[in-house]
Amino acid sequence: MSSNKLLKEKLKIINLGIESFHQTALAHGAKSLHVDWKPPLVFDKKLQELLEKNRSKIEAANLKALAIVNRGRPMLIGLAQAGEVIPGMKKNLILHAGPPIEWARMCGPMRGAIIGALLYEGLAHNEEDAASLAASSQVEYSPCHEHQTVGPMAGVVSFSMPVFILENSEYKNRAYCTMNEGLGKVLRYGAYSLEVITKLRWMEKTLYPILKEAISFAGPVDLKNIIAQALHMGDELHNRNRAGTSLFYRSIAPHILKTKAERQAQIDVLNFINGNDHFFLNLSMPASKVSLDAARGIENSSMLTAMARNGTDFGIQLSAMNGRWFVGPAEVPDALFFPGFSKADANPDIGDSAITETAGLGGFAIAASPAIVQFVGGVAQDAINYTMQMYEISVGENSVYQIPYLNFRGTPTGIDLIKVVEKNILPFIDTGVAHKKAGIGQVGAGVLSAPAMPFKLAYEEFVKGLLSH
Amino acid sequence: MSVTKGIVKKGDYFDSISLMIISKKIREMEGVIDSAVVMGSAENLLILKAAGLYIEDFANVSDSDLLLVLLGRDEEIASKRLNEAEELLLQSKKKRGTLSSEKNGSFAVTSLESAYKIMPSANLVVISTAGKFAYSQAFSALTVGQNVMLFSDNITIEEELKLKLLAQKRQLLVMGPDCGTAIIGGVPLAFANSVRLGKIGVVGASGTGMQEVTSLIHNMGGGISHALGTGGRDIKEKIGGISFLQAFEMLEQDENTKVILLVAKPPHQTVLEEIGKKVASCKYPVVAVFLGATKEIVEKHHMIYGKTLEEGALLACRLVDPRAQLECNNDVTSIKNVTSGDKYIRALYSGGTFCYETQLILQEAGISSLYSNTPASGIATLANSNISQGNCIVDLGEDEFTKGRPHPMIDFSLRNRRILEEIARPDTALIILDLVIGHGANLDPQREFIPTVVKAKKLAPHIPIICFVTGTDSDPQNRQELIKMLKESGVVVVFTNAQAAHLATKIIRGI
Repeated sequence: MSSNKLLKEKLKIINLGIESFHQTALAHGAKSLHVDWKPPLVFDKKLQELLEKNRSKIEAANLKALAIVNRGRPMLIGLAQAGEVIPGMKKNLILHAGPPIEWARMCGPMRGAIIGALLYEGLAHNEEDAASLAASSQVEYSPCHEHQTVGPMAGVVSFSMPVFILENSEYKNRAYCTMNEGLGKVLRYGAYSLEVITKLRWMEKTLYPILKEAISFAGPVDLKNIIAQALHMGDELHNRNRAGTSLFYRSIAPHILKTKAERQAQIDVLNFINGNDHFFLNLSMPASKVSLDAARGIENSSMLTAMARNGTDFGIQLSAMNGRWFVGPAEVPDALFFPGFSKADANPDIGDSAITETAGLGGFAIAASPAIVQFVGGVAQDAINYTMQMYEISVGENSVYQIPYLNFRGTPTGIDLIKVVEKNILPFIDTGVAHKKAGIGQVGAGVLSAPAMPFKLAYEEFVKGLLSH
Repeated sequence: MSVTKGIVKKGDYFDSISLMIISKKIREMEGVIDSAVVMGSAENLLILKAAGLYIEDFANVSDSDLLLVLLGRDEEIASKRLNEAEELLLQSKKKRGTLSSEKNGSFAVTSLESAYKIMPSANLVVISTAGKFAYSQAFSALTVGQNVMLFSDNITIEEELKLKLLAQKRQLLVMGPDCGTAIIGGVPLAFANSVRLGKIGVVGASGTGMQEVTSLIHNMGGGISHALGTGGRDIKEKIGGISFLQAFEMLEQDENTKVILLVAKPPHQTVLEEIGKKVASCKYPVVAVFLGATKEIVEKHHMIYGKTLEEGALLACRLVDPRAQLECNNDVTSIKNVTSGDKYIRALYSGGTFCYETQLILQEAGISSLYSNTPASGIATLANSNISQGNCIVDLGEDEFTKGRPHPMIDFSLRNRRILEEIARPDTALIILDLVIGHGANLDPQREFIPTVVKAKKLAPHIPIICFVTGTDSDPQNRQELIKMLKESGVVVVFTNAQAAHLATKIIRGI
């Protein structure tokens, strides 16, 4: 005798596929939930079978990786010049955002930023010399990510630039990032005019020593704590860093006054930080980086340790396949543009800042940031939806970073490549948009989903790799 | 000079019916000669190539990319229409977005996994995704303890067996694969009709057959407790009737069911034995319509023999209410003798079971020169499914006609064209048409089907067209109005497929 209760109970349907079936059932009084399903990014029966056999192993590895990210403790411990601290840094090396790329394929803003860096370093004295030097074999290029570093937009770091030093106090690994220059004509958007170089020099000669001294008075600054509070105050720490900047300012200001610098220099430094809502971006990024780096190289883990763009390509890295990049073409974000600009002016997605999403911030935490919902359609519910979607592709939740609106649920943290491919939900990134010509700067801000190709490639390699052990 | 233009929408996904609706709207645009909106699967690319709708941009697409392509009258029209078509897609997507967030006040659910979390008390997962994905989805649903209705086809019989064995072990029901119709507690699922609740429970391995019997029962004043589909292959030896027998048990235990009606092609001998055993100990009367099975065989297994779908429905109704009567149309005086010369029946069906039943009826009546694209035993195969020969019974819902285009119950255009072709042929004696309404079917036959019939009658008033409407007065399409419009256009309206086949027999014999 059948013990099936289907005919005895009220019909409650989960509908997968044709939506009109759901509408009909609803109209006839049944309960019905429609699944907004999409076909997987990769569908290959052999790979799927291989994956099924290893699924529990992969899940265990991912939980281990997530636990490491959650235990991470990013602390700002000081500042130094890039050449003094960044591993492998040398005078003719330029670090850039995103996966590896040669000069010939670099986009406008990245070329502009490199020209600016060569001028700043005194390696060239005018634009033409800088450009021909940049194209020659005398200058070497390497991704920031391969030097424990991250950089927003072009992400260019050269030998003399001052950088923040972050340490993950739990695992003792470090990460580095330059200081944020503010808006307008800035190097990270590819500007290299005299005023840009002058500002960089001021940052090196005034901002850097004062901040360095202030931090030595303050002791290590707990960035995890600031990020957690900033989320409660409406930042998502990628496109909005206003609360983070304020909290940092509040913790550092008294110590700036203790420095031996002149009063006017102190005032200038305080005004500089106070006047730049994105100052904290260059701390939320390396904080994300230093937390994720500790989870690199875990066998069988399909968790992402980096997503980064160089304005031409979009690249991802996986914990299990440490050091390898999987790349595909970067796409142009769907953005709100500043007056006078349009999508035609926009450069494809650029910058290491997607490290924030990789760590469960930015687009993943956008439900915490109602102030910027204009970028995602203007309705608060849309922001909630984006974050809810990101839970679908995350290994788990953050143990410290929370979203008040979701009853303080932890942010979706640790992007699982397998889930991305199987559910065909791509990581959601909210980001600034650069003009495609060097030096014009930011033209808007908006959102985009990561391109599918790097995920497809990584999935195939990762699953095939399961065969070998 | 006509121009083909298209675009690829990376990672955009729409369900097949939404795509068909959009597709149809595009084909209706002025200056559009042909068009397609499909997902970029390998099969679809072949179809596009065959249709001359392939462009170079489609070289590197994948299953998860949406392709939109159209053939426009000239360059300017093609570009313009492509823009408009893209706008249609956008609108459709917007509508979808607001539905999920506004209606539920929550976010869109994007995976089965989270659906289980949100609705832990769910008891049925209805799956209508492409077959290659559907198998693992059905498997996952069974694993978490859900019953499954599998509308999807293209699932191998081995996969079907795996699913059904798992379901059997866990006391779960799998309806399908290729299960087009079910009604549970008055809720129509997939392609089904609105029928009143009642005492007759149906188990069926035939979708259109179930639509016909449940609608006829409703139209006779009866009602349906539940109608459970199993998919056509369930009663083959390999599957052994796992779902059929389970569904039977469930109906037997259901407190509302007092009569059980079975609808299928004849089950394999071993399956029939098993059904017979269950029927023998069943406390309710069981009527079986096993199209093509003999009376002796059915009765030997303790079931009441229903020769045709209409007879099965009538017998089941009379077990509940002896006064039940089928509607019929005795006013066929308008039909003139049309048998002079070599003239033939042309039956153009959207329902596969009707096509099969009509073949059996005509065969039994001794009509010769019978052809079909889905021939029953003893009937010849059409040389070309697109060209009628002899007394020709065509199932336009067969795969050969539905590759890359909607089913003829949704999109009438292919059959409309065929009707006008048949009407123009000198050897056509009469035409039989089904019109299946209800959920899932075309919502506006008034505008998309009737005008063709009107035109056909104008072109050849002497050729009888016999049509029946499968569905009920509670269906969204307005059955009464359709019947009235058909009659006004000069069509002979009958009420069941068997009536249509019998009438055709009489006409062809000049009785």
